[in-house]
Amino acid sequence: MKFISILFVFLLSLSVSAQTNDIDSTSIIVDDSLTQKIAPPTSVIVEDFKYDDGDNLNIHWVPSIDDLPQDGKVIRYRIYQSVNNGEEELIDSVNFSVNHKKIEGLDIDSSYAFVVSAVSKNSEAKSNKTISLQPEREWINFNLASLFLIALFITAAVIYFIETARRGKELFVRKIAGLEAVDEAIGRATEMGRPILFIPGIHDMDDVQTLAAITILGKVARQVAEYDTKIRMPVARSLVMTAARETIKTAYQTAGRPDAYNDDMVNYITDEQFGYVAAVDGIMVREKPATIFLLGALFAESLILAETGNSVGAIQIAGTARPAQLPFFIAACDFTLIGEELFAASAYLSGEPKMLGSLKGQDVGKALAMAVIIVGVISITLGEAYDIEFFNNITASLKSFFSVSK
Amino acid sequence: MKRTVPLIITFVVGTVLILSVFIPPMENLGENFTLFFDIIAVFAFFLGGGNLVRVHFQKISRKSDDFQFSFVTLIGFFVMLSAGLFKIGNPGDIASSVTADGSLFNTIYQSVFVPLSSTMYALLAFFVASASYRAFRAKNREATWLLIAAFIILLGSTPFGTMLTSWVPESWSIFHIPNLAVWLMSSPNLAGQRAIIIGIGLGVVSISLRLILGLERTYLGDDSA
Amino acid sequence: MTVLNPLFAISAQTIGITLTLIIIGLGLAWLFWRSFSGKEVDRRIIFIFIFFSVAAPILFKISFTFKAIPIVSALYDKVESLPAGSTVLISYDFDPAMAPEVQPMADALSRHCLSRDLKIIYMCLFPTGQGQLEETFRTVVREEFPNKKDGIDFVNLGYKAGGEGVLNVIVTDFEKMFPTDVNSVPYGDIQVFDNIKSCQNLDLIISIGGGRPGIKEWVLFVGDPGNVPMAAGVAAVVAPQLYPYFPNQILGLLGGVKGAAEYENKMRDEHEQFKDMPTPATTMMGPQTLAHIVVMAFIIIGNILYFRNKRREEG
Repeated sequence: MKFISILFVFLLSLSVSAQTNDIDSTSIIVDDSLTQKIAPPTSVIVEDFKYDDGDNLNIHWVPSIDDLPQDGKVIRYRIYQSVNNGEEELIDSVNFSVNHKKIEGLDIDSSYAFVVSAVSKNSEAKSNKTISLQPEREWINFNLASLFLIALFITAAVIYFIETARRGKELFVRKIAGLEAVDEAIGRATEMGRPILFIPGIHDMDDVQTLAAITILGKVARQVAEYDTKIRMPVARSLVMTAARETIKTAYQTAGRPDAYNDDMVNYITDEQFGYVAAVDGIMVREKPATIFLLGALFAESLILAETGNSVGAIQIAGTARPAQLPFFIAACDFTLIGEELFAASAYLSGEPKMLGSLKGQDVGKALAMAVIIVGVISITLGEAYDIEFFNNITASLKSFFSVSK
Repeated sequence: MKRTVPLIITFVVGTVLILSVFIPPMENLGENFTLFFDIIAVFAFFLGGGNLVRVHFQKISRKSDDFQFSFVTLIGFFVMLSAGLFKIGNPGDIASSVTADGSLFNTIYQSVFVPLSSTMYALLAFFVASASYRAFRAKNREATWLLIAAFIILLGSTPFGTMLTSWVPESWSIFHIPNLAVWLMSSPNLAGQRAIIIGIGLGVVSISLRLILGLERTYLGDDSA
Repeated sequence: MTVLNPLFAISAQTIGITLTLIIIGLGLAWLFWRSFSGKEVDRRIIFIFIFFSVAAPILFKISFTFKAIPIVSALYDKVESLPAGSTVLISYDFDPAMAPEVQPMADALSRHCLSRDLKIIYMCLFPTGQGQLEETFRTVVREEFPNKKDGIDFVNLGYKAGGEGVLNVIVTDFEKMFPTDVNSVPYGDIQVFDNIKSCQNLDLIISIGGGRPGIKEWVLFVGDPGNVPMAAGVAAVVAPQLYPYFPNQILGLLGGVKGAAEYENKMRDEHEQFKDMPTPATTMMGPQTLAHIVVMAFIIIGNILYFRNKRREEG
């Protein structure tokens, strides 16, 4: 009897393989109808998702043996959830070849069990139910320990140098040509009797570049008030308008000329990128400013603004943290603050030791980055070229330390 | 008081947000604060819109220089505002999309706004040419290297780049100008960009600390720092 | 309507091309000659040359074909390999200003996906992207695929404010962020979502744009955490920053008009049905190529001038 059944299965498999070898639409239909049954996924495991607020669980499984990259029968996996040993409910599905899923939005006080099913075109095979598990809350995310250490190191360096400077130690900060030229640029506008145009980028106050631009504006406005020069500041965001007005107003008060301040020095144009550019270009061409500051988050408009400024003969000081826009500024402007120089500007212009100290602290971060890059390049090159375990280990350690996974 | 309260808010919010990255139960705080900012920014739009209308009405009433342009601005502002607000000409009911085909908003958007925006963007073609003419001069060794790199990249995006080096064997394909252009962009150029990005990252840390610690106060209108 | 004699049409085009090349060539030769006598070129002359080099190829249909580079072919091959019924999300993360550069790739990708019977979920992270989406609906979806049904073969979710916040939600749940589509049809009634709960159920996501939020945010918030295949089409200026993402985080990338033209050419070369399809990017490669040549010529002129003046100063 056993022999007959084996013979039957053997003959059946021969007939199926004969049909599938001759691939056409009919054979595929026949194949499907014959192989409705598929194997379920196995070893489904549920575990707590590490470092969350107690609202996630992780499940993973061994895929069904019918889940193949090419012509596999499994098209999807369905995930069923049972809360506090209640009924199973379908909650999600994932594509074939996926073998894990993070279940989110759970209640920390409930326990959850899961069933994963493999789904073909016309059938479904369920796994066994997992154990019931309650999600746990963690108070510290140890996955981000390396990020925490780096942040702590740089923060400590910055604060240390601020304190050192506060105690009166002289700190050397290299000259930044673009900032050295600020006085000259304002003086030029004063001599020529033409206005200064200040563009703080097109992003809102939640962009640190805009904040940097506004802090520079404070220093510029103070000098503008002292020299009695005219300043124009068209802006693309309402909140920037409010902040800039307050900054210029204070600068005029500090300079002892509050009466010379006028709200219309800053006016809102539009949030729309090229509408703003059109308006600013118009102002440049009509009013022919002697000096233009292009500082902050600027995008495709960088070159349009800078070239128009250049065509009206203005001296231009630009600065942005958008690397893609820097070449345009370097080509079209007289001075460019490259990336970090924009953020350093307010400290540099103030000349206050504690502010300059923060720049020194930033340099420690740079030294760390350079050291890690050099060690990394050497270890990965030697490790790859000569397969030396020592260097491979260094590479692996660096990779794991600097990879941040949430 | 006017300065102290904002400074305290900056310190508390800044510190809490940094900590929230490392403390899972506080994770959603960052998202919530972004949401608060968006809500405030939406209300601030009334300030901006109001300022726009006021400035241009003033220009017209005082007949300042070029006051005719202010008419165009105000008409554009009110027509677009009404078209969007009242969904004029929308094929569906009030719940349908503001940009539905046939609506006045969409018509103005497609036939006025899109061509105008594209025109402004297109100015780049002219300005790139004039800026390149002025900037790419072999003034010193560094500038000469930049000039050569720029030439390779420009050639790489024309069929002449392919033609010029088509005789180079496939095993030396890196020297095909289009491949060389991609290499220049993805290796030396990217390495430089990353160095700048690292500098920017550290710069952001430094300025953020100055803001959180209250050393930097100019943005609050305080010039005493 | 006047029907032109084909011979006349061809000769008119040939005359146009010849004239253009002669005008630009002679003009540049004149400027070269002037540069040797140390005369600077006024920016307006540069603008006129750029105008001619951009306008003439559009008027006389001068275009160039490009072989697809591997990073472009990879995306094409992915779309080709997806079985009919697979679901692709195309996100319009750009505004009208960027549209001339990236709209052609968005249209070509929509055409390619729909012709292969893939289902498409459209959405945008830029408010003005919705208008661009309408453009694809008007010129590709409704025009070329009138049998494809809204809600069954494709769905338009429109714009949702929040950038990264939106991505953070749809990586686990579409309905939470998009309870209805752009026409207020409830999520549950949209057949495209029958087997789709979140981005993790998608077979491919393509972000078209280049700004922020854009492909980097998609990779960070959806592609990597959700383990979803991602691809992108971006403005040329952004493309170099994305090369390192290939092939691990993004499986293919179209960079600028050139990338789009390469994609269009590949579609036309490999499918008879696309032989006569509109190829705006390929058309745009004519102006771009000629403009690049003119810019190169001006760089050379600028350098001749520089050395000429330097020698004169030294002399």
